[in-house]
Amino acid sequence: MPLIKTSGAGTTASADVVADPWVSVGDDDPLPAAAPVIVSLTRWERDRDALLATGRPVGVRLASHQLATSIAGDLDHLALVALEFPTFRDGRAYSTARQLRERFGFKGELRAVGNVLRDQLLFMHRCGFDTFEIAHPDAAAAFAKALAEFTVFYQPATDQRTPAPRLRHLRSAAE
Amino acid sequence: MPKHVVTANRLIDGAVVYLTDCGGWSERIQDAIVADGKEADAALTAAADRAVADCIVVAPYLIDVDTAADSSVLRALRYRERIRSDGPSIHPEFAKNLKG
Amino acid sequence: MYRYDEFDHAFVRQRVDQFRDQVSRRLSGELSEDEFKPLRLMNGLYLQLHAYMLRVAIPYGTLSSRQMRCLAHIARTYDKDYGHFTTRQNIQYNWPALKDVPDILMDLAAVEMHALQTSGNCIRNVTADQYAGAAADEIEDPRVWCEIIRQWSSLHPEFSFLPRKFKIAVTGAPNDRAAVAVHDIGLRMVRNEAGEVGFQVLVGGGQGRTPVIGSMIRAFLPKRYLLSYLEAILRVYNLLGRRDNIFKARIKILVQQVGAQVFADMVEDEWQHLKDGPVELPDGELERIQAYFAPPSFEPLPTLHAGFVEAKDRDPAFAAWARSNLADHREPGYAIVNLSLKPVGGVPGDATSAQMDTVADLADRFSLGEIRVSHEQNLILPHVRQKDLHSLWQELTAVGFATANIGLISDIIACPGLDYCSLANARSIPIAQQISTRFAELDRMHDIGELKVKISGCINACGHHHVGHIGILGVDKKGEEFYQITLGGDATETAELGRLVGPALPYDKVADAVETLVDTYLEHRQGGERFLDTYRRVGLQPFKEKLYATH
Ligand code: SF4
Repeated sequence: MPLIKTSGAGTTASADVVADPWVSVGDDDPLPAAAPVIVSLTRWERDRDALLATGRPVGVRLASHQLATSIAGDLDHLALVALEFPTFRDGRAYSTARQLRERFGFKGELRAVGNVLRDQLLFMHRCGFDTFEIAHPDAAAAFAKALAEFTVFYQPATDQRTPAPRLRHLRSAAE
Repeated sequence: MPKHVVTANRLIDGAVVYLTDCGGWSERIQDAIVADGKEADAALTAAADRAVADCIVVAPYLIDVDTAADSSVLRALRYRERIRSDGPSIHPEFAKNLKG
Repeated sequence: MYRYDEFDHAFVRQRVDQFRDQVSRRLSGELSEDEFKPLRLMNGLYLQLHAYMLRVAIPYGTLSSRQMRCLAHIARTYDKDYGHFTTRQNIQYNWPALKDVPDILMDLAAVEMHALQTSGNCIRNVTADQYAGAAADEIEDPRVWCEIIRQWSSLHPEFSFLPRKFKIAVTGAPNDRAAVAVHDIGLRMVRNEAGEVGFQVLVGGGQGRTPVIGSMIRAFLPKRYLLSYLEAILRVYNLLGRRDNIFKARIKILVQQVGAQVFADMVEDEWQHLKDGPVELPDGELERIQAYFAPPSFEPLPTLHAGFVEAKDRDPAFAAWARSNLADHREPGYAIVNLSLKPVGGVPGDATSAQMDTVADLADRFSLGEIRVSHEQNLILPHVRQKDLHSLWQELTAVGFATANIGLISDIIACPGLDYCSLANARSIPIAQQISTRFAELDRMHDIGELKVKISGCINACGHHHVGHIGILGVDKKGEEFYQITLGGDATETAELGRLVGPALPYDKVADAVETLVDTYLEHRQGGERFLDTYRRVGLQPFKEKLYATH
């Protein structure tokens, strides 16, 4: 799967296609040599200690019904959390992402997987996702454009974009 | 088995349209090409699907029409489809089948 | 009224540009209909029975005369010269072409309006008491908070793909004219024992297939916490609301499933992490928005204008209109004037472009340029001096807006039904027309008194039939239009759901049935009882017996 990574913050954020060092492994697949792996919550709960003992970076993939609280205590050990969008209509991962970032302080890579579309990219980015598995690499330019479609935001989220109420406040304080 | 015509909405303006025998789309059900039997249905559906792919119409489907009484007058059987072909019952001035 | 600043202007323009790009991608074939549909719905654009339908938000029901003129211009330029005011403080255009919609949205943006979030599984247009800022019984103007919610919910990154649509209504008065109990979240401004104003929070109300009266999960929420508390409710719902079954996806089902107390606890838990966080308004923002809703400069006037009283004595038709179509204003010498969009035999909620322009002119001349739209599908001039009422009434009569029927049997709420709506089972509008024609006689209507008839063309209940004193629901019986009748519904602070009287009736029997129900009420009425009071006292049985004995 082509992978897009956003860099920069706020309205200057950009999106580029990058190489993906992570390997997704099934619940009963053997682990590849040394590579960082993404496992399901089931495998994480079952093989947690063995996975950590290999010394490699480990990521967990949550299905959209699996809550942030299911891994909240383990976040120090995880370098990546992947959240699934089984269809773009299933918006649970937006809330899970914000909880991971804002409530549980997760600093690692937060990856959007599944039905990831350009028309939702900005929402995802605002909720704290920083990498995105997309279906076609040639869509990357459109994704980058989607990040720049708005300069005004009304509510604070996980990103660095300053919401309009705050900008108004800062402006009137400066006057 | 009632006979069928294909209806859809035109993509660009949403107008209710019917597939005609020259492969076009008309706002008047009178102009529709009538399918009698499964094979004819399939041929019309295929033509409609091509029009979807070509961005001419959206959401085409077959509707039952009443041709029993007088084959020169086409009327939809279901009341919902009559409202679609004739316009809102409360706005007789919008009725499409009256003109022409 | 609120006015956009540079941020608000930039935002709606960027949204229009984004949609223009999406439309051109659709017309070029880059987007399929499946991909485009959710995008157009997020901009209030449906594909209905006859054509596209564009639903434009009238946030909390407030319009300036300039905005009303723009709505008229859109009807005239891009549509068939009329629009339909809905039960959710929106206006719907029934015939716009897809290619024109970006231009329509640009015209709307110029007058600080939009079609954002009038559809889709997001936080919808926030509704309010149509008398807000004018009502005599008001604690505080709820529109300040509606505007805050409007901004906060606009393209909310976390809550744009909820399990289902989400409706919030706010009332600032104890007499609930905004039907807050049948909304996903209902907010009532209340005063606590210390005299501070805050919100009583109801969740899980709604109509549709599973009508529910909302449960109170918080008796008093200090105003400054509104956004963090809403964010907590929405987050719990977004994570836990059902997504496997569209009929069970509204928040009401979640609240029923876990129980209101457990739901309140979950919200409380989430709220502890959000409270006092960045979502709360920064200093100055509340005051900034509040300033826009400061009362206009009213003239000091005597409580009762002598000329108004005289005119009523002189002119019984004016007196009848004044009795039904006026409401008490907070300022002495002023009145709130309801313009009836329910002329006898007319289409409830429809207005032509010429009528909209006239209302705009009348608002400029008589109501400080302000207009309101009610969920009961009428228009309101909120600030009229009593001394102007008689001349205003004469002008309203000339344009057909002076039917003296507000709150009476012919002031019917009706959804578009099968004449427009692709989800409908049966027509609603012609039923409303039949009933209003049947009860056209003014004295009889006034004698019957307050009676709310509400008609929906299918179980989605856009016509609020569950909360009609008489509710009428269109059903399909083997391809024929049939109608179920419910009694005793109530959308106000004493909210209740109507109960089914009996088997559904055919199309041509509905007006007769309503007449029978009214006759039954008149037979049993005691003293000054309203229909609803009599029903509550005598119950369903007498109505049922009468109805099914004769039909
Ligand atoms: S109640 Fe049903 S018929 Fe009426 S507008 Fe809503 S969806 Fe359409």
